[in-house]
Formats: sequence, structure tokens, C-alpha cells
Amino acid sequence: MRILPTFLAAALFIGAGTALADDYAVGQLEIGQPWARATPPGASTGGGFLTVTNEGETADRLVSAASPIAGRVEIHEMRVTDDVMKMRPIADGVAIPAGETVEFKPGAFHIMFLELKGPIEQGEPVPVTLTFEKAGSIEVEMVVAPPGAPGPEHGHEHEGGH
Amino acid sequence: MHRRMIAVLVGAVFAVAATLAVFTMLVVSNAPNGVQQTGVADIGGPFTLTDETGARVTEADLHGKPSAIFFGFTFCPDVCPTTLFELSGLIDRLGPEADKMNWVFVSVDWERDGPQELQDYLQAFDDRIRGFSGTKEEIEAVTEAYKVFYERVPTEDGGDYTINHTASVYLMDAEGGFAGTLGYGEDPDTMFAKLKRLVADA
Repeated sequence: MRILPTFLAAALFIGAGTALADDYAVGQLEIGQPWARATPPGASTGGGFLTVTNEGETADRLVSAASPIAGRVEIHEMRVTDDVMKMRPIADGVAIPAGETVEFKPGAFHIMFLELKGPIEQGEPVPVTLTFEKAGSIEVEMVVAPPGAPGPEHGHEHEGGH
Repeated sequence: MHRRMIAVLVGAVFAVAATLAVFTMLVVSNAPNGVQQTGVADIGGPFTLTDETGARVTEADLHGKPSAIFFGFTFCPDVCPTTLFELSGLIDRLGPEADKMNWVFVSVDWERDGPQELQDYLQAFDDRIRGFSGTKEEIEAVTEAYKVFYERVPTEDGGDYTINHTASVYLMDAEGGFAGTLGYGEDPDTMFAKLKRLVADA
């Protein structure tokens, strides 16, 4: 019987460890799993992704993003409608409704890095400052996955040593 | 009374059969060389472009093997790398059979993408994927032939642009005839099955 609390404590500890490795919090917002795609040689743009969960009672908004690796950073929406890929900058930011999680992922919203100062490479996390209307700013590090990878998992694989 | 009904029925069946026969003859006679035509079969056709080494290429260079052709641009941060990553995975899965196909990325960004840009860009993906580029006129011709939609959209500051474009991969048979598509977001196993069939039919 005594083993159960120990097990639970261990499980909680592991859970907390994972959360610390990937997640950030600012105000009532939780930022989950920020990651970016490595850029193919010569590419001058790149994409970054993450999730934002609003644990609060009031809506917030991601209004801008900045990174030392890029001349410009924009928030874009990508959508495939009738087999046509359309991408558009979201000038007024992305709403993060109270109690909801907004996913920035391939095929949806992404953080677009323009005028890259160098390639985005695996093993070199990308620092990004996210600015929210109410919660303020936070700097996160994006793990880097291979070009075109569907998710951040490959980034972890590549880093090894975890 | 009974007899007359049977006669009417027989007449009706005959009429339907005759209509079908005539219709079939018309359809078959419309199809050149007896090849079955579908409403979308006019996708594809002649083009002249430049490959990643700077050599001129035409549709004739692709004939003899089925092809998977994807239209995009290198400034594209989402669907293009996603699709090229997926194609690289499918090529890997096909193993040696992948060599029995042409794998082509055509850039519709005639202003920014040339052979050098494509050669660099494609290093990140399977080396069997070739990169074709062209002048404005050449890109307009190939996108028209393949019924590919693309439009340049200026970005906010006006000095730059992005391109909205068709997201599917076009599958062509060894003679350059349209053989289907791999849809954006389609199940990878379905894509794999389509490619297997395309290679087997070649």
C-alpha cells in the first residue's frame, strides 16, 4: 500500500519535469511546445509553431512576435480551401478566447520568420518573444525539427540526450 | 391485354439498349486511340522549363516514367516543406521502386526562384526530387496546362509578396496523361497506395 503514494509522487514529478522542459506561462496563459522547422538551404523564410492555452476568465490576443534571427516576424494563417493553399498575415493578431487552447501548427496559424539572418538549424533552439495584449511579453525557445516535419517530436529525437 | 404489355416492355427495353449502344459508340469514337477520357484528363501537356542544374527540360524528359509533380515556391513556410517532407517519406517507403518515377517540384515563383535557389532548397529533401523553374511566360504556360491555380498576394508592407497556390501533388502516367492527385492532408497510406499503383501500371 505504501508503494502507491510513492508511485503517484514519481508520476507527478515526471509530469512536472516534462511540463518544465517545454512549457511556459505568462499571466493566465500557458505556452506549450514551441517548435520551428529547420529551413532548407537558401530559404529566407521559416515557420514556428506552439499552443496557447488561456486559463483565465478573459480573452487575450497574441498581437506580435519578434526574434533576433529574423528581420521581420509576422503571424500568418494558412488555409487550404478548394485545394488552394492561401496564406495571409493576421495584422490584428490571433484571439486567445478564455478557457480555450489555440494551436499554431502546420496547416493553420504559424509564426512566420522573414528576412532570416541565417538558416534555422536543428540543435539550435530559436528564441522568440511573444507579445500578448493583456498578459504582456514572454520569451520562449523553439525546439527545431527537420524542414517540413509535421511536429516537434523529430526535433527532440535529433537533439538526443533527453 | 397481357400480350400488349409484354410488347410495350420489350419495346422499352430495346429503346434503352439502343440508346446506350449509340451513346457508347459516340463516347468511344470521341476517345482518340481508344484511350478512355474523363472530364479531367486534359490536365498536363507540353512545357519548357529549366531544371535545378540549369538544363532546359520539356514534358518529353518525363515521359517513360510516371511522375509526381508539385507546384509551390521556396518562400513558402508551410504547405511546400510539409509536402516535400511527406514526398521524401513516401520515396523512402517506396524504396528502389521510387526510381521508377519522376519527382518534380515546380516553382511558380518566377521572380525569386531559379535553378540555384531550387538546387539549394531541395537539398533538405530526398535527392530524387528535381526542381523546375521558368520565366513568367513559361510558368504561365505550365500552370495553364496543368490547371494549377496561383496568385501573387502582396504582403502588408507592400514590398514583398506571398503566393496562394494549388496544394495537391499531380500524378501523371508514363505517357504524360493525368492519373490523379495526392491531396493536401490525405492519409499517407492512401498516398502510398496510389504511388504503388502508379508504378505498377507503368
